[in-house]
Amino acid sequence: MTATLPADAKAPDERLLHASPLHRLLGRPELGSVIGAVAVFLFFAVIADSFLSSLDTVLYAASTIGIMAVPVALLMIGGEFDLSAGVLVTSAALTSTMFAYEMTANVWVGVFVSLLVTLAIGFFNGFMLIRTGLPSFIITLGTYLMLWGANIGLTKRIQGTVSTNGIDDMQGFESARVLFASSVDVGSFKLRVTILWWIGLVVLATWILLRTRWGNWIFAVGGNKDAARAVGVPVHRTKIGLYLGVAVAAWISGQHLLFSFSGVVQSAEGRGLELHYIAAAVIGGCLLTGGYGSAIGAAIGALIFGMAKQGIVYAQWDSDWFWFFLGAMLLLATILNSWVRTRAEAAR
Amino acid sequence: MARSRMARSTRVFAAAAMTTLLAVAAAGCSDSGGKDAEENDGGGGGGGGVNTPRMEIAMVTHSAPGDTFWDIVQSGSKQAAAKDNVEFLYANSEKDDEQARLVQTFVDKKVDGIIVTLAKPEAMKSAVQAAVDAGIPVVTINSGAEFSKEYGALSHIGQEESVAGEAVGEELNERGRKKAVCVIHEQGNVGLEQRCAGVKKTFSGSVENLTVDGASKPGVLSGIQAKLEADGGVDSVVTLNADVAASAVEAKDATGSEAEVATFDLNKSVAESLEGKQLSFAVDQQPYLQGYLAVDELWLYETNGNVIGGGQTVLTGPAIVTEEDAPDLKKFTERGTR
Repeated sequence: MTATLPADAKAPDERLLHASPLHRLLGRPELGSVIGAVAVFLFFAVIADSFLSSLDTVLYAASTIGIMAVPVALLMIGGEFDLSAGVLVTSAALTSTMFAYEMTANVWVGVFVSLLVTLAIGFFNGFMLIRTGLPSFIITLGTYLMLWGANIGLTKRIQGTVSTNGIDDMQGFESARVLFASSVDVGSFKLRVTILWWIGLVVLATWILLRTRWGNWIFAVGGNKDAARAVGVPVHRTKIGLYLGVAVAAWISGQHLLFSFSGVVQSAEGRGLELHYIAAAVIGGCLLTGGYGSAIGAAIGALIFGMAKQGIVYAQWDSDWFWFFLGAMLLLATILNSWVRTRAEAAR
Repeated sequence: MARSRMARSTRVFAAAAMTTLLAVAAAGCSDSGGKDAEENDGGGGGGGGVNTPRMEIAMVTHSAPGDTFWDIVQSGSKQAAAKDNVEFLYANSEKDDEQARLVQTFVDKKVDGIIVTLAKPEAMKSAVQAAVDAGIPVVTINSGAEFSKEYGALSHIGQEESVAGEAVGEELNERGRKKAVCVIHEQGNVGLEQRCAGVKKTFSGSVENLTVDGASKPGVLSGIQAKLEADGGVDSVVTLNADVAASAVEAKDATGSEAEVATFDLNKSVAESLEGKQLSFAVDQQPYLQGYLAVDELWLYETNGNVIGGGQTVLTGPAIVTEEDAPDLKKFTERGTR
């Protein structure tokens, strides 16, 4: 961030300036994305009839991206990527359902085993990163392809088909479903549990980033790794911790995937989703270079993503152009975001 | 137990381990469903084989990795291969140039027969002709019947995607439907577009295509849900594969829509949904048969000079299946052969 000189040359030293709450607000990384979100919201509220009455579906779509976008944003603030995040969700779902089925175990046992396996994969990503010193892009690209293949290969080997057997008739399924894939009607609003998970993760991540030592470490390792190490930040532990965070979120998303569809998981699913998560984080103000960003921003990025994705359908635009419209909406929202942010910083 | 000699931490650890073990033993098992239930059901048996010389037959498809449909095609081929003393090789690529290269690889390998799909006919033309020129018999399966003979293949075994779509359109007419949505889960896939176009051709009501993000089930679900919410007049949803069908049923329930869901292709959960009447009907093109017959055809040609269908296209579908067929289907879909 480059400091801009105040217009008035006689003004006192800028470091001594008292920052008004408005100016401090303008300096937050998520501010620009809020404007973008409001713009996308108003746009679809005006042109698509059923958009406002179906906000629950919009929020649901946003939450399925948002749950992953939060830890992915933290990881990016810490200066790293995770391209394996999309297929890791599928791995988590496959592990639970296949373990429970093959062992005829209570579904909760499968859910627990899946958490361990997912964490192990997250640890592997982090460990390989610090051991080899290679860019995380290439390491997680490797795990992405390996997981993709292993998802299909192991499912086929263990269950004989490429999608898993249903486990909805097994013990523990219903209670686990409540935790991962249920919904409550609040008036006409269908509140899906993923929205609560999403909000919970955003609150947790924001608290970690802004109120704990870990938060400082994350910003430090993403800003300048060597300087961070020099002042005593445990760089390795922080980075592994960030990958474990992605793993936990992938586990939650995976369990949602599994419990919303009676335990039948398609093993090839999840490819390409990692880019949606990264996109949500970047739309929300994370820098690709690390050291800057916020969890709330990532959540708003996911919200913009969800609103645009659903809004296009509500607006009943020609479906052949779906991906074009989605790309254009995201680009416009992000341009608006960065424009607002630059103006805000200039105004400080 | 000699408790006095144990250090405190060891005792705590042992207690914790014991508790965990007990907990897993007591609560860890499921009394219903799972592998145990499957094994108690009993299964089919094997069978004998032939004594013809060992053959090598390769199949190259345009399938995406991990696709349920192509998995069933392969099971059919493997069954026939086991019976016919055939070494069955399989390769696939969604990209047409890569698929053509794979065919060339098997030509270079001098296999005894090649089975290939012609979803992207122009791209496959030279590779198929190279095989024919090298004296390797070729059988085409699935889509691309009109190109099969021209490229020099022995026969074509499959179903035309557009014909299957037309069958769906007619069935929807019979059910008195007025407004259908055709869910495309992979944009730009020729076969999927053809299916929707077929539905449009024969259906007397209106058909709209809906593009959804096939990479994620929640994405598919919220996409279909949005469509149903946006347009209350939709009375039927047509999905193009079995996995998407489950999401469509879920979306229908979530929105309280009265729309009927119909699907192309089968799997276990489709069979169950048919039985529970959450799905109105499914179009089966019998992928198992496509894989099985193709291998058998090459074996017959090699050992006895036979051509199934006498050079005409051998149709494996479209067959409309409803809740009446569900009980039988369930049995077969469970083991991944239908």
